[in-house]
Amino acid sequence: MQVRVQAGPFDYGAECAGFGQGGRDVGAVVTFLGVVRDDSGTLQRMEIEHYPGMTEKAIAAIVDKARLRWALADVLVIHRHGALHPGEAIMMVATAARHRVAAFEAAEFLMDYLKSRAPFWKKEFGPDGAEWVAAKDEDEDALGRW
Amino acid sequence: MIEVLYFAWLRERIGLPRERVETDAVTVADLVEELKAREERYALAFADVTALRVALDQELSDFAAPLAGVREVAFFPPMTGG
Repeated sequence: MQVRVQAGPFDYGAECAGFGQGGRDVGAVVTFLGVVRDDSGTLQRMEIEHYPGMTEKAIAAIVDKARLRWALADVLVIHRHGALHPGEAIMMVATAARHRVAAFEAAEFLMDYLKSRAPFWKKEFGPDGAEWVAAKDEDEDALGRW
Repeated sequence: MIEVLYFAWLRERIGLPRERVETDAVTVADLVEELKAREERYALAFADVTALRVALDQELSDFAAPLAGVREVAFFPPMTGG
């Protein structure tokens, strides 16, 4: 189990290579990569603020919650903060389990909780200035399915 | 003495990321009222607490929660991670 909160980039391919493998009890690995998307067509950069100390604890608590629910052989969460540009990787989640249903569900669960229960705030910078990204009701509603 | 932290637009509106606050507030809501009474920028920032979240000693909590024994209170808008 690993949780990393960092400003610098990570190598998704290298992180995925070998993740959860090597044991005899893993039959499924699911990996997810979150990328900075430019909906407006004018996004220059995004800045992600976080709450050092709480961020790591909140993500660890989310991972613990997932492990209570699904039998996971391994979990990896990496989330970046600071300045990020369109096309750059923001975060990744990887889960390893005996069967694929657990690996897929746990990855989705982690994503849903990271969106609205981990202390990150996104600010978008464009030609007309900067704006904080508002939380979406759907993100909060998504937790209801768990 | 409590350490009070502000994040995202709340930090920008109040104009500082953290401060030490001398308070006898019993609950988070009491602390918010004390802060609002201080200055206009606090009153504006905390005008609608339904738009805000609070963490006590780095655990999500709520505005009715007691402050006894709490060392760090953080206020922030709903989170937008992922």
